[in-house]
Amino acid sequence: MTKKHKAVALISGGLDSLLAVRVMQEQGIEVEGINFYTGFCVEGHTHAIRNHDKDKQKRNNALWAAEQLGIKLHIIDVIQEYKDVLLNPKHGYGANMNPCLDCKIFMVSKAVEWVKENHKNGFDFIITGEVIGQRPMSQRKETMPIVANESGADDILLRPLCAKNLPATKPELEGWVDREKLFDFHGRNRKPQMALAKQFGFTDYASPAGGCCFLTDKNYSDKLVDLWEGRGSREYEMDDIMLLKVGRHLRPKPNFKLIIARDAGESKYLEGYRKQFTTVQVISHNGPLAMIDGTIDSEDFELVAGIVARYGQGRDAEQVEVTISVPDEELKTMMIKPLSVDQVLTEWHI
Amino acid sequence: MSKHELDARRMLCPMPVIKAQNKIKELLDGDILDVICTDPGALSDIPAWARINGHEFIGHHENSDDELVITIRVVCTPQ
Repeated sequence: MTKKHKAVALISGGLDSLLAVRVMQEQGIEVEGINFYTGFCVEGHTHAIRNHDKDKQKRNNALWAAEQLGIKLHIIDVIQEYKDVLLNPKHGYGANMNPCLDCKIFMVSKAVEWVKENHKNGFDFIITGEVIGQRPMSQRKETMPIVANESGADDILLRPLCAKNLPATKPELEGWVDREKLFDFHGRNRKPQMALAKQFGFTDYASPAGGCCFLTDKNYSDKLVDLWEGRGSREYEMDDIMLLKVGRHLRPKPNFKLIIARDAGESKYLEGYRKQFTTVQVISHNGPLAMIDGTIDSEDFELVAGIVARYGQGRDAEQVEVTISVPDEELKTMMIKPLSVDQVLTEWHI
Repeated sequence: MSKHELDARRMLCPMPVIKAQNKIKELLDGDILDVICTDPGALSDIPAWARINGHEFIGHHENSDDELVITIRVVCTPQ
């Protein structure tokens, strides 16, 4: 009886990794999925904090893809290790703070590590949904061997969707998979993937060309850089990177910034930070909860109260009542005139 | 069979799934795990994770603090 070969697949939840796995399954390869959580992954749930997104389907696309494929999925927390990738990318950043090539190398190297740790389960090779020319930084013909070499995966890294454009790998040379039944996709044209999806009967899949990382987003990257500049250190914790996804961020002074909820959903989320951060809220009118990241002096209370009042329903009132809650201190209450539109300076917005 | 509880309050998905996954590695066949969450997305993700990895999603309810409690029965299949 011939041995059934096993592969571990990097699953992002997008169409390409979905197809790459199904191509392998068609060849009788047993596949399990692995998904790495860096903290910067774009998750429907993060968006779902906001009220207007509440109706969006709340699902993790990697889990959803695994369920469609009938494979196990192992989700690995790499938040701490990923810091070094983000802070010191050997191959540099893309258009924003996205270290895409280093990120891909890191993830494949973690998959190599995982295969070694789970050697009893007998995984023979690693697959990804990479397509040459798909991404400007990490998925180019010249970067494909860099990922294979620097990750330590070498010839056990197979990209089923573009394998025919690359040298044969061990699974092909050993006859575990039939190279002729692999693909030669390239470029940013998504039509071949969509046609293959149709052939396999996949009709509902995550946005084909959608990015999966907040670091490719300019607004998010700007907020991250501001966070580092504000603290004088390129450090971050999980709470920091989550809070960059929530609210309006305004920095009226170098020593602190305000995070102002944009709706009740975000206010509720920020409530969870009341014990850690100073919070500001208008109580005489409906309005958002705001929190202060940084150090604030009592002389700044009027400024922050005026700003926060600007974003509540009392913005046109002569005076509104505002509370400022500093952790472990008595609640402060003040009457304040909300700032006008012009008084909230454009350069404060991050 | 023993009953266990996991605090995943204030965590956004997929962290509650990762925490549940890691906790279940320590548990035995038939053990029951209650995961307490505040992210409503966990209600989709934890049962999905349980299904694809062969564990049993028993059900969910809201506790007195309006938090989600998701219950999983651990199923250990021999490799």
